[in-house]
Amino acid sequence: MISEAPETYRPPAGPHTPTRPGPGGRRRAAKVSRAAAAWPYLLVLPTVVGTAYLLLYPLLRNVVISFQHFRTGELIRGGAAFVGLENYQDVLGSPEFWTVVRRTLAWTAVNVVLIMVISTLTALMIARLGRRMRLAVMSALVLTWATPVLAATTIFQWLFQSRLGVVNWLLVTAGFDSFDGYSWFADGDSTFAILVLLVVWQSVPFAALTLYAGLTTIPAELYESARIDGAGSWQVFRGVTFPMLRSLFGLITSLQVIWVFKCFAQIWAISQGGPDDATTTLPVYAFQVAQSLHRYDLGSAISTLTVLILLAVLVVHLRRMYSREGEEL
Amino acid sequence: MRLRRLPLNLAALAVLVVSVFPVYWMVVTAFKPTRDIQADTPQFIPLHPTLEHFRTAVGADGFGLFWRNSLLVSAGAVLLALAVAMLAAFAVARMRWRGRKAFILMVFIAQMAPWEALLIPMFIIARDTGMLDKLSMLTLIYFIVTLPFTIVTLRGFIAAIPAELEEAAQMDGASRAVAFRRVVLPLLAPGLMSTSLFGFITAWNEFAFANALIIKNQDDRTLPVWLSSFGNIFGTDWGATMAAATLFMVPVLLIFLALQRRVTTGFIAGAVKG
Repeated sequence: MISEAPETYRPPAGPHTPTRPGPGGRRRAAKVSRAAAAWPYLLVLPTVVGTAYLLLYPLLRNVVISFQHFRTGELIRGGAAFVGLENYQDVLGSPEFWTVVRRTLAWTAVNVVLIMVISTLTALMIARLGRRMRLAVMSALVLTWATPVLAATTIFQWLFQSRLGVVNWLLVTAGFDSFDGYSWFADGDSTFAILVLLVVWQSVPFAALTLYAGLTTIPAELYESARIDGAGSWQVFRGVTFPMLRSLFGLITSLQVIWVFKCFAQIWAISQGGPDDATTTLPVYAFQVAQSLHRYDLGSAISTLTVLILLAVLVVHLRRMYSREGEEL
Repeated sequence: MRLRRLPLNLAALAVLVVSVFPVYWMVVTAFKPTRDIQADTPQFIPLHPTLEHFRTAVGADGFGLFWRNSLLVSAGAVLLALAVAMLAAFAVARMRWRGRKAFILMVFIAQMAPWEALLIPMFIIARDTGMLDKLSMLTLIYFIVTLPFTIVTLRGFIAAIPAELEEAAQMDGASRAVAFRRVVLPLLAPGLMSTSLFGFITAWNEFAFANALIIKNQDDRTLPVWLSSFGNIFGTDWGATMAAATLFMVPVLLIFLALQRRVTTGFIAGAVKG
C-alpha cells in the first residue's frame, strides 16, 4: 500500500490541506473543499460545547456567585443580589483565611519537596539495580500507584489505628512505649503528618517511574566522560543528569504542585479538615464554608482566590509551556 | 563487588516493603478472622484464612447497588469521552485549520483545571437544573474531567498511524469516514482500550464530586463515598472494612495488570505530553 502511492505521503504533523481534490473535476473539487473546510470545526464542536458548559460556565458562575449575596435563601428562591467586593473583603479580612493560605503553602511545599527528593533518589536507584530487583521494585511502585485514593485512605486509617494499628505495635516493639494506644487522628500535627505520608506514598510512584523513564534516555557516553573527568556522584547528577532532564523535572514538579495544592479527597475522607482545623487547606476550607455554613458566596470567593493563588505559584511553568507548545504544535 | 551493592539492594528492599506493605496488610487483614485481627501481636501471615469478612462486606446494605452505580457512571463517562475525543483527536492529528493551536492549548489548560475548585458552582448548577442526586450529573462531570486526557492521548495514537494508509483507501474510492472506520479504527483499538481504561480508573476513584452532589438520595452513592463512611457501616469491624477496600481495588488492579506495559510507557508519555 505504501509503495503504491508514495506521492500521497504527508507527515502527520506537517502542513497540509484539509482534503485533496477528488476525481470529479475542478468545480466539484472547489465545492468539496469548502464543505471539507467545515469538517474540523464540526469534529471539535462536541468538545468545545462540552468544555464551555461543564468547565467554562461553572468557572464563570463561581466568579459571579463570589460577587453576590448567595446563601440558603438565594439557593432555594434564586434572585441573588450583587454586593460588589463584599465577599472578598470578608474573606481577605479574616485572619482565619490567611492561616489557611499559609497552611496550604506549607502543605504543598512539604509534600512536593518530599515527593521530588524521594522520587529522584528512587529513580536513580532503579537505574542501578540488577534486572530482577529492578522489575520487583517497579512492580511494587505500580501496585502503589494502582491503589485507589479511597482504598489508601482506609488502609492508612487502619495502619495508624490507636489500639490495633500495626504502626503503634511496631513503635512500641521498637521501644517507644509512649505510642502504646496513641491516637494519631486526635492530634492536629500527627494527622497532618499522616496525610503527608499518605500523599507522598501515593505520588512517588508516578514521579519516580517517569523520572526513571527519562533517565534511560540519557546517553551512557555522557556519564562515562564525566567519570573520566573525575566527577563524583553528586557532580555527575548536577553536571549531567539534572541538566538533561531539566524540563522533565520542571513538568513533574508542576504537576505535583497542582495535585498536592488542590488535594481534597484524602483530607476530607480522613479528617474533614480537622482536628481543630489543623488539616484545613484551601479546597477543604472553601467546601466547608459553603457546605456547612451555607455561605456559598464566601465559598466561591475562596475557590476563586484558590485558583488565582495556584496560578501565581505556577505562572513560571505556564509561561514556559505556552511558548514551547506555541513553537511545537 | 557483592558487598558494594549491598546498600543499594537494601535501599531497594526498603522501597519495596514501604510500597507493598500497606496493600499487603489490607488483603491480609481482610482474610484474617476477627480474633486474629485483635491479637496483641499482629500476625503478618494469615494462619486461619477466612472469607467471613468478604461475606459481611458483600452482604452490607446497598453493596450491589453502589457497585452498579460506580460501574454505570464510570463506563458512561468513558464511552462519552471516547466518542467525543475521537472526533476532536482526529481533527487535531489529521487536519490543518485555523484555531487548531488555540484548541490544543485549551485542551492542555483543561487538563490542568483544578476541578476541586468547581465543587460549589457544580452543586448550584446541579441544583438549579434538577440534576442534584442524579448519577447522570456525575457521569457528565467525569466525562469532562477525563476528556482532555483522552484527546491528548488519542491524538498521539492517531498521529502515529501513517496518513498514507487512509489516503490509499480513499484513492480506492472509500469515503473519508469509511477510510477511518476500516483503516484507522482497527489500528487504533489498543490505544482506545488503554485510554478508556485509564479514564475508567479516574472515574471509578473520584470522590469529591460524588461526595458533594449525591446528598439526599443515598441509593445513588458510588463506592468511594460508601467506603469513606465505613465507620458508620462496619463500626470497628476492620476485617470487613479491609475486605470492602480490597473488593473496591480489584477492578483497578485488574486493569493495571491487563495494561502492564502500557502503564509505564503509554500513560507516562501521555502525562509527559500533558
